Amino acid sequence: MNILVCLKQILDPEIPARDFRVDPARREAERGSANLVTNIFCENALETALQLRERTGSAKITVLSYGQPSAEDSLRKALAMKADAAALIVNDGNANPDPLTTARVLAAAIRKLGTFDLIMVGREAGDWGAGQTGGLLAEELGLPCVSFVDRIESEGGQLRLKRQTDTGWEVLEAEPPIVATVTNDEHNLPRIPKVRDVMMSYRQPLTKWTLDDLGIEANEARAGNTYYQVAELFIPQKETRCEFVTGDTLDQKVESFAKRIVEVTSAL
Amino acid sequence: MNDVVICLFASAGFDKAAQGLAGAGRRLADELGGRLRAVVIGAGADTLALEFSRLCDTVIIADQAELAEYQPETCLNALVRLCGELSPRTVLLGNDAYSQEIAPRLAYRLGGSAVGDGVEVRVEGEALRVSRQVYGGKAQAVIELKRMPAVVWLRARSFAPAPARAEAGEVTRAALDIQADTRTRVIERKREEQGEARLEEARVIVSGGRGIGGPEPFTTELQPLADLLGAQMAASRAACDAGWVPPTWQVGQTGKKVTPDLYLAIAITGASQHMAGISEAKTISAINTDPDAPIFKHCQFGIVEDYRKVVPLLREKLAALQK
Ligand SMILES: Cc1cc2nc3c(=O)[nH]c(=O)nc-3n(C[C@H](O)[C@H](O)[C@H](O)COP(=O)(O)OP(=O)(O)OC[C@H]3O[C@@H](n4cnc5c(N)ncnc54)[C@H](O)[C@@H]3O)c2cc1C
Repeated sequence: MNILVCLKQILDPEIPARDFRVDPARREAERGSANLVTNIFCENALETALQLRERTGSAKITVLSYGQPSAEDSLRKALAMKADAAALIVNDGNANPDPLTTARVLAAAIRKLGTFDLIMVGREAGDWGAGQTGGLLAEELGLPCVSFVDRIESEGGQLRLKRQTDTGWEVLEAEPPIVATVTNDEHNLPRIPKVRDVMMSYRQPLTKWTLDDLGIEANEARAGNTYYQVAELFIPQKETRCEFVTGDTLDQKVESFAKRIVEVTSAL
Repeated sequence: MNDVVICLFASAGFDKAAQGLAGAGRRLADELGGRLRAVVIGAGADTLALEFSRLCDTVIIADQAELAEYQPETCLNALVRLCGELSPRTVLLGNDAYSQEIAPRLAYRLGGSAVGDGVEVRVEGEALRVSRQVYGGKAQAVIELKRMPAVVWLRARSFAPAPARAEAGEVTRAALDIQADTRTRVIERKREEQGEARLEEARVIVSGGRGIGGPEPFTTELQPLADLLGAQMAASRAACDAGWVPPTWQVGQTGKKVTPDLYLAIAITGASQHMAGISEAKTISAINTDPDAPIFKHCQFGIVEDYRKVVPLLREKLAALQK
């Protein structure tokens, strides 16, 4: 089985709100001292793929990223987690391309890389969170798509995908090739690669292409805004003053806390 | 051409999301000078269609056998056909999992653009602009859609419902010649039992985080508290990822977007991604040992204490006060 996992490198989403700034003119977040990391849902996807490979015994996992040259680090980390091959499409245009642009670039790269039974992406990215790459990629490739998947099995040439819904979960059976978008659950927390493997990964081959190598409208991809564009970006100012309950004893504090709760809920 | 189509899954029923969607649709249709049209898909669409006929100009029922139960590819094909025939300016959906799964692909096939998790939609000249949270709720962006139709999935529960109309809209049944696309098939469907009401509809929510420390206190400590308050239970991602409670309990950017009157966060830090799910809560309160926890920046009132000491006492006090 041939599996492809798409990875996006993003600004660390865990930085606290008080350290987060945006540049409203450029309509981008400021890097500041924040790290660049692989989007967590992309790592959940890779972990789900690695576990599928462990269960089936044989599968080849290729990781692919469209991003800045620094996205190579995300791919190297994936190799250290034991992906088999990696490819980077270097983005020398709009650093925040719209989702259709991303899907088109990824689709062109995937066609150039070969044929795949299963193409996996994260459900959304921790920066812009558009949640569209998987669906649009499926359309570009003419494949079905299953979203919010947290586990995949392979059985007699068929795939079984467990996915989360609003009220519980579903299992879907699918004929490959398909696209799956992956979400987190307790079983697909990404493994931590060994430091040694991370160092070794920098010696492994990694395919690098530019937009001009893909046989697509490279300048349209560089503009990256035919689908939508960001008109404004700002940090909403909203601060509530918290009233901490007081009292000399725990009992008194909890008493006034309980009273506040009753005030709010008895109005219902 | 200036019409607004709202797409609904009959399985969700006439909930706050369905009503908010109709409200958002009506205001947008008025602004555009078009009609508000509803497409109701799946088994049981009749009942929902009746409700929507009071709010919309036209309602189309798509409930044939192939569409009775949600199947991603078949459902998408049907919506592409139906929306294609109506050729609206805008298609609105809710932010349930099925709608999120379908919306970008629907936009693609209609030659339009999609954007999701919208909290505000407005017409700006020829373009449609949608506000949404980005960067895990730390920032807000306004996205301008470049292609028509605009397909937007909304935080439907954040929108005021539509007023009922004097004259009922026309209800028709779609005559669709649709084949089931069996490349993917739902073969099992499971509901996680979580009380009667749905979390998104709850008026009071008791939510636990990593600081709860394990699965047991959710049952022994938090559940009895929730019962006293008539509340639904929820959790942070950390508690769900630990496997303490099911993923359906997760509230936040990538969990449920809830709109209760009171959200009580117990041993939850208040990371921006968590807060993204409760920005529409009327009152937020917290129990946390750390006075500097970001959650308190969003609370009207709070208590800095170990929840293990507070919760049992709180139950006693509440029971006494409620008498
Ligand atoms: C892309 C992305 C999407 C995400 N989506 C979501 C989402 O949808 N929902 C979500 O919740 N998170 C989400 N997260 C994760 C989020 O960033 C936080 O990591 C998570 O919310 C932390 O959960 P927590 O507050 O329970 O845990 P922690 O951050 O570990 O906080 C535990 C809290 O408990 C307090 N505490 C500990 N012991 C006690 C005690 N005995 N009594 C009282 N208080 C105590 C501590 O002071 C602390 O404040 C997302 C992250 C990313 C990157």
